Amino acid sequence: MTGAQILIECLEREGVEVMFGYPGGAVLPIFDKLYDADLKFILTRHEQGAAHAADGYARATGKVGVCLATSGPGATNLTTGIANAYMDSIPLVAITGQVKTFLIGNDAFQEADITGVTRPITKHNYLVKDTKDLARIVREAFYIASTGRPGPVLIDIPVDVQQQDIEFIWPKVVKIRGYNPTYFGHPGQIKKAAKLIAESKKPLIYAGGGVIISGAHQELRELAQKLQAPVTMTLMGLGGFPGTDELSLGMLGMHGTAFANHAIMESDLIIAVGARFDDRVTGRLDAFAPYAKIIHIDIDPASISKNVKVDVPIVGDAKNILKVLLEEIKKVPDTSDWLKTIGSWKKKHPLTYKDNGKIKPQYVIEQIYEATGGRAIITTEVGQNQMWSCQWYKYNHPRTFISSGGLGTMGFGFPAAMGAKLGCPEKIVFDIAGDGSIQMNIQELATCVCNKIHVKVAILNNGYLGMVRQWQELFYKKRYSYTALYNPDFVKLAESYGASGIRVTEKCEVRPSIEKAISIDNTVFIDFHIEPEENVYPMVPAGEAINRMIGGMA
Amino acid sequence: MRHTISVLVENKFGVLARIAGLFSARGYNIASLAVSETFDPGVSYMTMVVEVEDEKILEQIKKQLNKLIDVITITDFTKKEHVDRELILIKVNYSARDKARLEGLLNKYLAKIIQHKAGTAIIEAVGEQPQIKQLLESLKQFGIKELARTGRLAIGIE
Repeated sequence: MTGAQILIECLEREGVEVMFGYPGGAVLPIFDKLYDADLKFILTRHEQGAAHAADGYARATGKVGVCLATSGPGATNLTTGIANAYMDSIPLVAITGQVKTFLIGNDAFQEADITGVTRPITKHNYLVKDTKDLARIVREAFYIASTGRPGPVLIDIPVDVQQQDIEFIWPKVVKIRGYNPTYFGHPGQIKKAAKLIAESKKPLIYAGGGVIISGAHQELRELAQKLQAPVTMTLMGLGGFPGTDELSLGMLGMHGTAFANHAIMESDLIIAVGARFDDRVTGRLDAFAPYAKIIHIDIDPASISKNVKVDVPIVGDAKNILKVLLEEIKKVPDTSDWLKTIGSWKKKHPLTYKDNGKIKPQYVIEQIYEATGGRAIITTEVGQNQMWSCQWYKYNHPRTFISSGGLGTMGFGFPAAMGAKLGCPEKIVFDIAGDGSIQMNIQELATCVCNKIHVKVAILNNGYLGMVRQWQELFYKKRYSYTALYNPDFVKLAESYGASGIRVTEKCEVRPSIEKAISIDNTVFIDFHIEPEENVYPMVPAGEAINRMIGGMA
Repeated sequence: MRHTISVLVENKFGVLARIAGLFSARGYNIASLAVSETFDPGVSYMTMVVEVEDEKILEQIKKQLNKLIDVITITDFTKKEHVDRELILIKVNYSARDKARLEGLLNKYLAKIIQHKAGTAIIEAVGEQPQIKQLLESLKQFGIKELARTGRLAIGIE
């Protein structure tokens, strides 16, 4: 078999059903084999779209996402998508073509040192120098990407390695002596955690994306029920605990709910599960959770005590650890007073916005929630659209909220929606976008239309790069430096690609337009002309303690 | 404060870049780094001296190194019995009338002249870093023209 054939054979054996990518000179042998393969290949209109689509597919399904690009510019165009997957611990295998081995280092046409470029943004990467290593490397790549703390792995394959003909040997086992993730928590540490829990009066569960990755949502729910402890989630954790549950406090942090942030500041025990105390969550570090002891469950030992000093670290898989912890907890705290206090905060400081008869973005999202019965997959872009989507849609199931958390990549939501829809064709998939972000990967309209990947895009069109404008309003004396946007006619633009477009300028049209978009058997852009200077509140200014919120207090 | 750690890594291309990249990306300071093959050609042994403000950063360095797939094991010598040495080559000004004085000085250390020619001598010295430092101080009077050093090498006693 040639290297290209071996690659396709390996991908099929790894269970890859779909891959996203773009052809080019250095991947021609692979594309020639793809022509006859059973594997579904989605031709995107930009390599960045391919990487994000593979990422969205991985987030929606829990499987490894795969993307493919040529050498040089093809490979460098993948990098934003790879960095995005890296920051959010998404299993991704990115395959790139490379110039022939004897040309490497020669500044050959379309040559880029992509293993060098992606070293800090991949979990691991490979340059395949010999076809006989290819099968082993592909196996290792899938294994590394999907185990432990998941992440992207890149495989760079020179053209001559794709062409060389050798005997195919499928390695039965993967053995990497330097890679042994810990899955089971230390029993002594779990006992200590149970003891702290029994002694606490104001426990708070702080759940992150690790809950979703490990599939620990059921165990997390049992823990919350058993302790009667409130649960707050990070952006990556939304859907890991039902947003409609009484015990849910929604998201915490910079644009978190006031009651979640107050709960952090008053709690005497924080149980962090699969979360990493990111700066958008903690605010000013030395003021974070002053009265709380901290139990930190995480599969990545390097996440523990990186930002916040932890009292009981437990390294391992969240699901395994929570299972044992549930058995170890013999005595549960009485949290009735604590829940009463939180209940009063919820009443006093609910999420709110002023209804003035115009189209408010919060209202649009509430209506999407109601029209879909909360059963859609929501992807977002980055900025105000993303924060409103965190606040105003209630996620009850894991893998229904897909958003660029760590890297904050504008242009992620639309291709990610595409990937999610391919992975979950029975689901309604909405990308909640801004007029700025949607233009960063708008070319993928063609991919959606010609492959009949019917996603719905709600553009919250305020004519601004809204989040930057909000910061300029609040912290730069309203000097709106380069944040006002000139936009195309999104309806005509969608139509020119063969998609459908709906423009909404009146509040009364919001709900009917969403229902219409769902009923149309096509990709639909809904262009909501929203209140231009609406802000996301509450907001914790950067560098402040997280209970020092401004705005949005009823 | 300085800490010495050793790292066993897969002897593959790019490993050094991964380690160097990790240090620069995360802003860790590396004071010295020595790398070479071991008895097993598939494995390289690195000794590194890292400069950190507190133990927390040292912990992070070890954890982050451990996350690299090509890193096999890490040994922190901070609280571990070990021996360490550095090899240094020093080029100094040298004339016949300095000979006795220089040799007298070198005899106090594990140091010797390995070459001399046209007013220049090359000295080889092996020792723990405080000794090497002392030697360098004493050699200043002769005029040091150039020097090359391995950085610290360390190995555990157990």
